[in-house]
Amino acid sequence: MMKPFLLLSTLLLLAGCSSNGTWGWYVINPTTASGWTNIKFLVSGMGNTILISVIAAAISIVVGLVVALPGQSSKRGWRIVNRVYVEFIRSIPLLPMLFWVFYGLPIIFKSMGLNIPIDPFWGAIITLAISDSAFTAEIYRSGIQSIAKGQKEAAQTIGLNYIQTMRYVILPQAIRRILPPLANQFIYIVKMSAFASVIGMQELTRRANELVVTEYRPLEIYTLLIVEYLILVLIISAGVRWLERKMGSDERV
Amino acid sequence: MAQPSIELVDVNKWFGTFHVLKDINLSVDAGERVVICGPSGSGKSTVVRCINRLEEHQKGVIRLDGRELTNDPASVASIQGDVGMVFQQFNLFPHLSVLENLVLGPMKARGLSREEAETPARHYLERVRIPEQANKKPSELSGGQQQRVAIARSLCMEPKVLLFDEPTSALDPEMISEVLDVMVELAEEGMTMVVVTHEMGFARKVADKMVFMDEGEIVEQSAPEAFFANPQTERCRKFLSQILQH
Repeated sequence: MMKPFLLLSTLLLLAGCSSNGTWGWYVINPTTASGWTNIKFLVSGMGNTILISVIAAAISIVVGLVVALPGQSSKRGWRIVNRVYVEFIRSIPLLPMLFWVFYGLPIIFKSMGLNIPIDPFWGAIITLAISDSAFTAEIYRSGIQSIAKGQKEAAQTIGLNYIQTMRYVILPQAIRRILPPLANQFIYIVKMSAFASVIGMQELTRRANELVVTEYRPLEIYTLLIVEYLILVLIISAGVRWLERKMGSDERV
Repeated sequence: MAQPSIELVDVNKWFGTFHVLKDINLSVDAGERVVICGPSGSGKSTVVRCINRLEEHQKGVIRLDGRELTNDPASVASIQGDVGMVFQQFNLFPHLSVLENLVLGPMKARGLSREEAETPARHYLERVRIPEQANKKPSELSGGQQQRVAIARSLCMEPKVLLFDEPTSALDPEMISEVLDVMVELAEEGMTMVVVTHEMGFARKVADKMVFMDEGEIVEQSAPEAFFANPQTERCRKFLSQILQH
């Protein structure tokens, strides 16, 4: 499976090295001064991509839990609050939401007499976090529901209240089960952060777009861009597998 | 006359349209041991689950030491604090060690320090004869050991009443007696107990009162000698003959 793919891609890349080929690797050739400058320019977007993804994911994990808990309530009103949030937020495509937050929200703030500017950095983070929180909430829900009812009952019979039951009994068990889907969501956030480029956020995709405009070598630059995301995601995956091993080692039920 | 420890007066409960408890009247005195038996689906588990409010009854009155069980969260919390429960499936917390399982309630619900909670916890582990397992995870123990940990966990809350919901039904036969032995000891020490079980040997040994339930009703309620020697109803006679056959 792997071998023909490698062979094909090697051939494709080598084709670009011939003088009349379609590839022009010089644009990101690290041995030339201009190529090296270009690479530095592209890769320097990595910091912002990581930063907005991590902050957005952290917010999403908290908001997701706050949204998920009323969904477990025995009171119908609370469950409706949860359903409305989840259904509404996850139906909004990321790009329109990004426009709404970045261009629309400041107008609402202004009408309320507040002067809160939204820069591309926080606009991207708010959008990614809110959009993702609906999915995170659903992940929490399935995690909490996967814990046997008897656990909650046992906690009740030793006098724990709702918050204590969640904190000491249900969530520590649920977290092991929801870690893989949460990690998936994080990878999703990293990839979706590329949309922040359209509101001027200087991250990986924005850098690539800007260089393409000056160098006219979209094939090479976007290829490198894809490789940059690939490396980022592979590192995250490895980290998650390590975390899972560490947390799962004592779970034998 | 002394106030009964637990009192159920005309308790009714429905699951949807299914009438699962019909006019249940039962009183348990302090120090009394009551064994409830009956065919599956007769409502016997539901009775004990109503006593500590894991299930809500819709009609009638349940009192513990004279306090009525109502929807008021403070009333539920205070009653759940006084009533221990041992489940068929043990329901130990798998992510915590045995000792952590025992001290969680006293520390978080009662606000004891770790030291204050650990001393009685180790004492109760000794009483259920597994002091050496304190630092293991529940999954490393046998079923019988797990159930004894569950009993110790209930005792750590120093309950006035201990409820048992088929405590030996999920155990392999060779482990049943180690759990029953612990329960007999508790009974001998004067613990007020309500036990749902099919272990009739245990019932004969410790019960002060036998209760037979069928289709959501208490069909018979009598002292064990009379209950086993001379059941009053055909349903009870049939049930006893079925489970005592072997």
